[in-house]
Amino acid sequence: MIKRIAAAIVGIGVAGGVGFLAYAWYPAIAPVAPPPPSSFSAAQIERGRVLAAGGYCAECHTRTDGKRGVELAGDYKMDTPFGAIFSSNITPDPETGIGHWSEAAFKRAMRKGISRDGTQLFPAFPFDHFTHMTDQDIDDVYAFLMTRAPVHSVKRDNTVGFPFNIRLEQAGWKLLFLHEGPLKNDPAQDAEWNRGAYLAEGLSHCSACHTPRNLMGAEKASAPYDGAPVDNWIAPPLNEHNPTPVVWTEDEYFKYLRFGSAPLHGSAAGPMSPVVHGGLSEMPESDVHAIAHYLAQIDHSATRVSQDPKAIAWAMQASMKDLVGPQVNPNAKLYAGACAACHANAGPQPVEGRPDLALNNALWLDEPTNLFQVILRGIGTTEGISTVSMPSFYHSFSDADLARLAAYLRATRTTLPPWTDLEKKAGEVRKTLPVPPVASSH
Amino acid sequence: MTTFRLNGREVTVDVPGDTPLLWVIRDEVGLTGTKFGCGIGMCGACTIHIGGRATRSCVTPVSAAEGADITTIEGIDPEGNHPVQQAWREIQVPQCGYCQSGQIMQAVSLLKDYPSPTDEEIDAVMAGSLCRCMTYIRIREAIKKAAATARGDASNG
Repeated sequence: MIKRIAAAIVGIGVAGGVGFLAYAWYPAIAPVAPPPPSSFSAAQIERGRVLAAGGYCAECHTRTDGKRGVELAGDYKMDTPFGAIFSSNITPDPETGIGHWSEAAFKRAMRKGISRDGTQLFPAFPFDHFTHMTDQDIDDVYAFLMTRAPVHSVKRDNTVGFPFNIRLEQAGWKLLFLHEGPLKNDPAQDAEWNRGAYLAEGLSHCSACHTPRNLMGAEKASAPYDGAPVDNWIAPPLNEHNPTPVVWTEDEYFKYLRFGSAPLHGSAAGPMSPVVHGGLSEMPESDVHAIAHYLAQIDHSATRVSQDPKAIAWAMQASMKDLVGPQVNPNAKLYAGACAACHANAGPQPVEGRPDLALNNALWLDEPTNLFQVILRGIGTTEGISTVSMPSFYHSFSDADLARLAAYLRATRTTLPPWTDLEKKAGEVRKTLPVPPVASSH
Repeated sequence: MTTFRLNGREVTVDVPGDTPLLWVIRDEVGLTGTKFGCGIGMCGACTIHIGGRATRSCVTPVSAAEGADITTIEGIDPEGNHPVQQAWREIQVPQCGYCQSGQIMQAVSLLKDYPSPTDEEIDAVMAGSLCRCMTYIRIREAIKKAAATARGDASNG
């Protein structure tokens, strides 16, 4: 009897294994001769260009560490908890890029995360979002990519260790986490919401950075848009857990995503700079409005916006704290000397181009990461507000100074509990940055 | 290569992207009105305008100014007669003078944000511009005079 049960279990196991292999196995799609550019219309290529910008293809398919690579030629280093993954060359080079990929092979990769040769792709490539795109949009992106100049470029090898380097496992991952196919229209919502959902959840894959990931590297379904660390920055929550005193309204989202700065929240720095200035800036204004419209519903800003005037009035009081009269607090002196010239606001509203720290996202997040990033790096004209810049205070402040400044600002410009281990955290952020030269006298 | 507009003129420089903008302005372009003070953005002597906003040029890498519209002390008025400069002369603000171009650039920027600044607003915004000669009282007076001139308010001062 026991033998028969054991045999049955083994039988089920084998059948399950065979079934899984059948599910996980994909054939190679036959290589094709690279399609001539004349096989795509100019209008389709242009649509694809805009979509490729809105999906930030070039951000993750262009090398940025060490020497800068050719756009779309891949080899971007993405650090994951499983090891470094280097992105592939998506120019139409037949040998090292996707020159031999047919439209069907490209579509399968976008929808299912399967390479042309049948191997499973890692979800560092956000196919779990691109799967929601329409056939037409995927075809347009294909037309754009296949009409770029082919670049012969071999990427570095991934450093993902055993057992996560077994690509077959990705099939199991997809069974659990991939919801394949175009996004369904929600008839309960208006057209703008549906357009925003299509872009945010599909092409522009907002939650790939703004939703925390589980142990298997998938977005946590239980915590959508709850915010997450990414590339030594914090991608803030985009839901009601966003802690800023003034809510992210549709208007604030639009200004941020279109112009790189939300007057009542701050600027698009770090990894958000290319999202705004390299990606969404190419999209039609109506699409950026749609994303703003959608995101503003995720954070339920309409139900909380009534608290804003009180929050702004409070922030304007806080903004001028310790700047008038004899300065006796040594931490306040750091702020007065380095920050206040550009950030102090007397009210009743913050002056445009004078970002107020008592309203700024970076001060209200659970960790000081973004504050340290911005202080140490500064913000160039290609980031944030594109006409102005913030200097780098890398050499101005020691880690101890940064800790004092951050603790002071957190205590006086927010109502939240103090940050901990500030000096250590300042040092950790500093370590990730290149050392700028000192402007010594010469 | 970095390209920007300096006092209305397009400038392209071929220097490493992390070169401090102050050295580009002084040594590459040759405009020496902007001064080197502390080198760490804590004294205000190197203040210029980027996109109309006061910015410490000693800690701004030239790469961060790509495409920017930059104004230095030489560029705020062709004759040196900006209302702030006039007020500075009339009240004889400078003593040794070294920090004054930075003070003036910060003051011009302040008046854009707060056209009729109170003492508190002046103190808050000008706190990052240090003067070893302690001309602060005259700086405050001159800012108020310039504000009055800009408003066309003849009775004040």
